[in-house]
Amino acid sequence: MNTPIRRLSVVIACLFTALLVASTIVQFTQAKSLNAMATNKRTLLDSYSRERGSIIAGGQAIAKSVPVEDQYRFLRTYSQGDLYAQLTGFYSYAVGAPYGLEHASDDLLSGDADTLFVRRVTDLITGRKTSGATIELTIDPKAQAAADKALGDNKGAVVALDPKTGAILAMVSHPTYDPNPLSSHDLSKAAKAWQTLSTDKDKAYLNRAISGVYPPGSTFKVVTAAAALENGVVTDENSSVPGPPELDLPLTKTPLPNENGRACGPNDKTTLIHALEISCNTAFGSLGLELGGEKLRAQAAKFGFGDSLQVPMRVATSSVPADLNAPQAAQSAIGQFEVRTTPLQMAMVAAGIANGGRVMTPYLIDSVRSANLDIIESTPDPVELSQAVSEQTASTLTKMMVSVVQNGSGARAKIDGVEVAGKTGTAQHDLDKPPHAWFISFAPATDPKIAVAVVVEDGGVKGSEVGGGRVAAPIARDVMEAVLNR
Amino acid sequence: MTTTVEPLTPRTRRGAELVLLLLAVGIVLLAWVTTDLNRNGTVPANIIPVAGGFMVLVLAVHLVLRWKAAYADPVLLPITTVLNGLGLVMIHRLDLARGKLGSDGDAYRQIIWTTLAVALAVGVLFLLRDHRLLRRYTYVTMAAGFVLLLMPLLPGLGRTINGSQIWISIGPLNFQPGEFAKIALAVFFAGYLVQTRDVLSLAGKKVLGFTFPRGRDLGPILVAWVLALLILVFQKDLGSALLFFGLFVAMLYVATERVSWIAIGLLLFAAAVAFALSAFTHFQKRVDLWLDPFSQDNLERSNQLANGLWGMASGGLTGTGLGAGRPYLTSFAESDFIFPALGEELGLFGAVAIIVLYLLFCERGIRTALGVRDGFGKLLAIGLSFSVAFQLFIVIGGVTRVIPLTGLTTPFMSLGGSSLLANWVIMALLLRISDQARRPMPEMPVGVAVDDPSPAEATQVVKLP
Repeated sequence: MNTPIRRLSVVIACLFTALLVASTIVQFTQAKSLNAMATNKRTLLDSYSRERGSIIAGGQAIAKSVPVEDQYRFLRTYSQGDLYAQLTGFYSYAVGAPYGLEHASDDLLSGDADTLFVRRVTDLITGRKTSGATIELTIDPKAQAAADKALGDNKGAVVALDPKTGAILAMVSHPTYDPNPLSSHDLSKAAKAWQTLSTDKDKAYLNRAISGVYPPGSTFKVVTAAAALENGVVTDENSSVPGPPELDLPLTKTPLPNENGRACGPNDKTTLIHALEISCNTAFGSLGLELGGEKLRAQAAKFGFGDSLQVPMRVATSSVPADLNAPQAAQSAIGQFEVRTTPLQMAMVAAGIANGGRVMTPYLIDSVRSANLDIIESTPDPVELSQAVSEQTASTLTKMMVSVVQNGSGARAKIDGVEVAGKTGTAQHDLDKPPHAWFISFAPATDPKIAVAVVVEDGGVKGSEVGGGRVAAPIARDVMEAVLNR
Repeated sequence: MTTTVEPLTPRTRRGAELVLLLLAVGIVLLAWVTTDLNRNGTVPANIIPVAGGFMVLVLAVHLVLRWKAAYADPVLLPITTVLNGLGLVMIHRLDLARGKLGSDGDAYRQIIWTTLAVALAVGVLFLLRDHRLLRRYTYVTMAAGFVLLLMPLLPGLGRTINGSQIWISIGPLNFQPGEFAKIALAVFFAGYLVQTRDVLSLAGKKVLGFTFPRGRDLGPILVAWVLALLILVFQKDLGSALLFFGLFVAMLYVATERVSWIAIGLLLFAAAVAFALSAFTHFQKRVDLWLDPFSQDNLERSNQLANGLWGMASGGLTGTGLGAGRPYLTSFAESDFIFPALGEELGLFGAVAIIVLYLLFCERGIRTALGVRDGFGKLLAIGLSFSVAFQLFIVIGGVTRVIPLTGLTTPFMSLGGSSLLANWVIMALLLRISDQARRPMPEMPVGVAVDDPSPAEATQVVKLP
């Protein structure tokens, strides 16, 4: 019977070999992909049990991991949840970290970033618990609070930039939410909070400042004016431009009218500066016709339209459509048709003009520190995104925008003792709803410290141009005051 | 072919066993201390009495062997000690994670079962002086085996736990009689086949190079098949059915040396599986889970397979360290999923070491089967070894996705008294048979020729072609 016993022992050896191979496949070959599965609770718990880095604004932690006595070991808390929710996002055991810096800078906060590799190795050797890096933001808490307060119950967004560096000073989007219940270790509470947030009809989870795309309305006339000046269609702010009550457009029977149905000046003519002051549609429509779609689009691109930015959160791409025909170019020149922009992009337009034509790349992270406060990444050198217009053009545009606030539709943005430059906008988006109210501005005009873009959804008055000046301009003023009066 | 020279009086190797035993106890203690250091930062307070007790237990078996079975295999007991001990450590570790301490803990019960199992093994060594005595009880064990197998189906006695009706309840105790049925049936198969092997192996027609048995000789395999089907249908336990039928076919093949039995067995089993798959959604779900354990639907239905795999993956090559992983996230980590739990904390290295320990255990069993002189002993030893190997394949193959998951215990490691008692008895039987195999025959001729291959057989498992 020894021969079949030997043969059977070969079968047994094969069974054991199968087990050895299977174990090796699970624990070695496939280990990485198994660990990376989103539904793998162990991986989540691993990142939870590590102390996640804080997010700091103006010296105060706005997101912090607090030690607690449960299996997750650290509770993520947001000290001013509603105010900073759109920036921080949240870190939830129930749903992960889908938004904000918690998502975009997860590798730094968790300590998994490549730049932290050396630290992880020394942690491994010294037996120190690896912890995530702390992120310091460029946010100015005063500007942030002012923007939050001024926007109030309106739906919309406010973005403030330092024109010289591109540092984001304030970024507010309403409606907002409290991230604390989402990061709760009471999982049913967290799941309920997520259910509420994810089905919110006003999309409170959306950071409108970078993820909302709107028609820019009349604020886009600044870009049209820049294109006209740069391309020599007009020479300066006093150049004469057409300003009839209605602009006849080629290829279509529908004319482009002024909101009030009147001409922008005597003999259906006006100056460029006056056209901007009163936000004359026909004047900029005719500039659009003269420039054509491609030149308009090229100018917008120099301000950053069409770029995909990360601040480090991904910014929705603003766009001017390609291959515009003549009437579409005229519509686009006044910020209608299919021109779409994020509030951040319009803040970059204002900041670019403020900074002598140079648009700086916007950024939110000032510095990154390790858990024991060693600097890992210091304040980045400002990076120029593009020279959007010449210094000459920039100063002409500044003059015109100052005049908008001094003498025109942006009067409510005036600040005592400070020269403010701005442009109102009222963007139709749905004939049954009030238009969006816009305002872009910067101050002081001669030595700009802050550039602001404000959009208030459905904030205007139906069939009227007054929304931007009435609703959005005061919000921008409050934010600028908060920064300038410190 | 090389030939080893056997010493004229074979050594008992009890000294080697003692050294290996001390090593085994040392490994278990190290594992236990590591666990507590990782979990609580302290050495367990009761280490001296518990470790001392464990030591006394295994040393008692060692001494009994010296006294009652001096030539028994010296490797089986140390391997059993390590496996049982590591199982205890893991169960204790899961107790710590769940806050079950002292006499509430599963480890406490498992220690009592271990003590009983050791006592039972010692009892077997004492009472059974020669394994051939078991042959007298061939038909008694048959009856016992069948009764044990079908017991869970008795109303009032049987209990369904986790979808399979393989348990019985007597008072507060739950028991898996199938574990003992395995031993009873191995004894019965060995006794029965050694009587009938001539008929089963010689008569028959030759078709396509295989000699097929006569119709009337198909009776026994059909009875075994029907029994397996009953288990499959009424107890909904694919694992046990596979184990018993596989055990019978393997022993039938060893007894008759005819491959056609294996072919017939595989065909019959394939038919049974096809029937089960088409008739019961329970099995379809198992197969579905096996093919795609990570799909959303399957995770909602049962996430234990996925959790076990994630656990093993998180252990990687070197493991998280005992007490430092999260094996408690997997349900049944102390029973069906004890292997993934150990894989998570000991890593691939630890998992491979455990599989190799089982491999060595089975290899010693096979060696015993090759060495023992009587046909009954050969069949019993290979049957018991194969049952351990096959059971291990079914349970570990199930948790590592080699085959669909079916509930069986991991020998010596899983929480549960019946499994522990039965497997220690298997070890005791193998020790007893190996004592016979290695004991020098009184009438053995002095001076065996060096090129005579027969003495070398005891040391060879696989003959190279």
